[in-house]
Amino acid sequence: MSTPIMRLFGTIVVLFAILVFWTSRWSVLDAKDLRDNALNKRPLLAQLHVKRGAIKAGDGSVLARSVRRPDGTYGRTYPAGSLFGHPVGYAIVALNQLAGIERYRNDELSGQGDELGSLADQLQGKRQQGDAVVTTLDPAAQQIATDQLDTTGSPGAVVALDPRTGAVLVMASTPGYDPNSLNRPGVFRALNSADSGAPLLDRSTQSSYAPGSTFKVLTAAAAIDSGKYTPDSVINGDSPQVISGVPMANDLNESYGPITLTDAMTNSVNTVFGQIGESLGKQTMADYMRRFGFYRRPPLDYPADEMLASGERLNGKLLPVTSDQVDVGRMAIGQDKLAVTPMQMAMVVSAVANGGKLMAPHLADRIVDPDGRVVDRVEPRVASTPISQQTAEQVNQMMRTVVESGTGTAVALPGIEVAGKTGTAEIGTVGANLTQPSFVAFAPADNPRIAIAVTVERSQGGFGGTVAAPIARAVLESLLN
Amino acid sequence: MSARNRELLGLIPASLLVTAGFAAVFIQQGSEQLSDLSLTYGAIFLGLCVAAHVFLRIALPYADPYLFPLTAVLASFGLVVIYRIDDTLARQQAQWFVAGLLLFVATIVFLRDYRKLEQYRYLIAAGSLALLVLPRLPGIGAQVNGAYLGVRVPGVFVFQPTEFAKVGIVIFLASYLRDTRQLLVAGARRVAGVTLPPLKHFGPLLVIWGVAMLLLIVIRDLGSSLMFFGAFLAVLYVATSRVSFVVVGLALFGVGAWFLGTHVPHVTDRVDVWLDPFNAHRYPGVGYQIANSLFAQADGGLLGRGFGEAFLVLPGGNPLLPAPQTDLIYAVIVNELGLVGAVAVLTTYLLFVQRGFKIALLARDSFSTLLAVGLSAVFALQVFVIVGGVTNVIPLTGVTLPFISYGGSSLLANFVLLALLLLVSDRARRPA
Repeated sequence: MSTPIMRLFGTIVVLFAILVFWTSRWSVLDAKDLRDNALNKRPLLAQLHVKRGAIKAGDGSVLARSVRRPDGTYGRTYPAGSLFGHPVGYAIVALNQLAGIERYRNDELSGQGDELGSLADQLQGKRQQGDAVVTTLDPAAQQIATDQLDTTGSPGAVVALDPRTGAVLVMASTPGYDPNSLNRPGVFRALNSADSGAPLLDRSTQSSYAPGSTFKVLTAAAAIDSGKYTPDSVINGDSPQVISGVPMANDLNESYGPITLTDAMTNSVNTVFGQIGESLGKQTMADYMRRFGFYRRPPLDYPADEMLASGERLNGKLLPVTSDQVDVGRMAIGQDKLAVTPMQMAMVVSAVANGGKLMAPHLADRIVDPDGRVVDRVEPRVASTPISQQTAEQVNQMMRTVVESGTGTAVALPGIEVAGKTGTAEIGTVGANLTQPSFVAFAPADNPRIAIAVTVERSQGGFGGTVAAPIARAVLESLLN
Repeated sequence: MSARNRELLGLIPASLLVTAGFAAVFIQQGSEQLSDLSLTYGAIFLGLCVAAHVFLRIALPYADPYLFPLTAVLASFGLVVIYRIDDTLARQQAQWFVAGLLLFVATIVFLRDYRKLEQYRYLIAAGSLALLVLPRLPGIGAQVNGAYLGVRVPGVFVFQPTEFAKVGIVIFLASYLRDTRQLLVAGARRVAGVTLPPLKHFGPLLVIWGVAMLLLIVIRDLGSSLMFFGAFLAVLYVATSRVSFVVVGLALFGVGAWFLGTHVPHVTDRVDVWLDPFNAHRYPGVGYQIANSLFAQADGGLLGRGFGEAFLVLPGGNPLLPAPQTDLIYAVIVNELGLVGAVAVLTTYLLFVQRGFKIALLARDSFSTLLAVGLSAVFALQVFVIVGGVTNVIPLTGVTLPFISYGGSSLLANFVLLALLLLVSDRARRPA
């Protein structure tokens, strides 16, 4: 019976070899796929045991920190409450719900950056710990922006950038939400419902609005940079005039007669900019919009799907400027189907303020490891150069007159020259008197340190110069002092 | 070196393993009691093993020297893993280990001449079948995960009769086939190109075995039925040297498996999950166990997370890995000790099985050979059924990992199996 016994043992050896192979398959060969499987809760559980790095404001104050719970896992608290709900976002690790900086910087915050380092730490018995993210955000200005938006009673957003570096100083959106409240059951659904004003929506990057006359900054920049116009070009400012086959009127149907481009900017003369739009044509307008960053998501260090690309939109989809359905004359005054995020408008004025160079906006300034070493620093980066330095200087001058003697006087600051542009887009049905007041500005005008965009949703008859400009003024004042 | 001295030396790694294992778990838990307690556990374990060894020196001086140390390695390793999962269970398992050693000694004392088992083969067969039907009896049966695997002994434990029935059925098979194996071969006829054994001699075997299989299906213990079936074919093959019998057996098994897999809902579920372990619809229900078994193994990787480092519970206390101390203990081992640790465990089992087959080769009479083959085969198949289930080679069914999984019945029955192998071995190697 010895041969069958040997064969039987051989069979069992084969069976055991199959077991070894299958164990290798799950534990080594296919391990990565299994770890990435959406059903697998282990990577999440592991993250629960990781002390996430803090998120800090530019002045070092803590915006998010991890606190150890009795069971060894970590919970997240947000000392600033609802103030930084939007830029910072939230990290509910147990539910894999992440948003904002918490989401974009998750690898750094959860310490997954360096595999080799973590292996060395493991051998030393060190617990995995995340790096801190120090942002460029300014808590005092963020507070003022939020308070000012709250007093309007309407939802709105403020974005302030440092035009020289692209550093995001203010990114405020109202209504806000308190990220500390999100781990309570039912809160998510409540915050997403329409009744609550959808406070989870970040209106600075996720909502797009008709920019109204603030868009004339871009039209003027295109007009001058293309070589077809100068600030002194004289254009017919009568009202109404037929633009794209439909009569277009100025505010209060005021006729200005022949008027320079600078004066047209100062008084926000629609018919002049409508003609410019038609004369430049769709292709030229499309080129300049692209150069300023339209039709792409902003190059911000923020989750891509929490940002919207700006441009003409029809039924929620981007529509090329060259499309037949675009009324280029009305687009040139910020109407038609234009849908622009406050972040994008801030980028437009930032490029004008910075001599024509658009710096890529960024929220993070540096990544700091648990031992306090700076492991990564976000260097200022030129995203594009949409217009020449000369054009930028000329548009700058035109925007100064808006604040000195035009529609934007409400933003004037004592001792500091401000350049700005108002916008009051008409929304809703004709006669409803619903507006979208906006304001864009930068200061000090001769050496800009701050570029800002403000917008307020669905104001009942408010103007950019009366509703949005004072908000910009308060935030500028805080940032410049 | 004499066999018994080799056995004594073999116990040293087992004791080192239990000491080092407990030390590792204590370190992970940040415990203060590290130094003395892990040494104490190691010392107690070594003491028990040495006592058993001294007994073997007297009772079975010629028995195989490696089987007992291999068992000690597996059992001590099991204790450490169970301790890491739940220290209360580990204390109970340690008590079962002592009880197992006592049963081991008793088996050797009372079955000095194990060949007299042959006289009681029908009694043993009937007893085994009775054991199998117990869990289905109203009042005492206990249903676990859709299977009737246990008999509840109130206040004491859930007794799992299949663990003992497997030993009984193997004894019957070995004994019956010793008598009839030549008749089966000589009387075989070719029917339609397939060699079949004569029904007259094969009949009783088929009846006993068929009833056992039927009962296993009735109590829905599919893992055990696979194990029984495999052992039956193994013993039949060794007894007759006829591959054709095995082929016919496997074909019958294929038909049976197909029927169960397509007609019995409890089985169909398991087959569906086996074919598609990561199906999102089945995941919250029947698929949860196998998917998390595989996720645990992926988490382990080549070298594992280390003792005590794997996640077993979700925040809030619900289990992440169901039944980690019994069915899925192999997944815990891969998670914490990695592929390397798992291969070490499988190698230990294979060495155990190899010693069993060695005993079968050395045995001087057919009954002894067939008994050793049957016991080794059923042991190897038990490992294959549970490890294969946990790694999704075959559908996952609930049998224990011998000597490692938590469970008194399993430990006791496997100590009886070990005692029988050593009895056969002592007789085979005794100088004439």
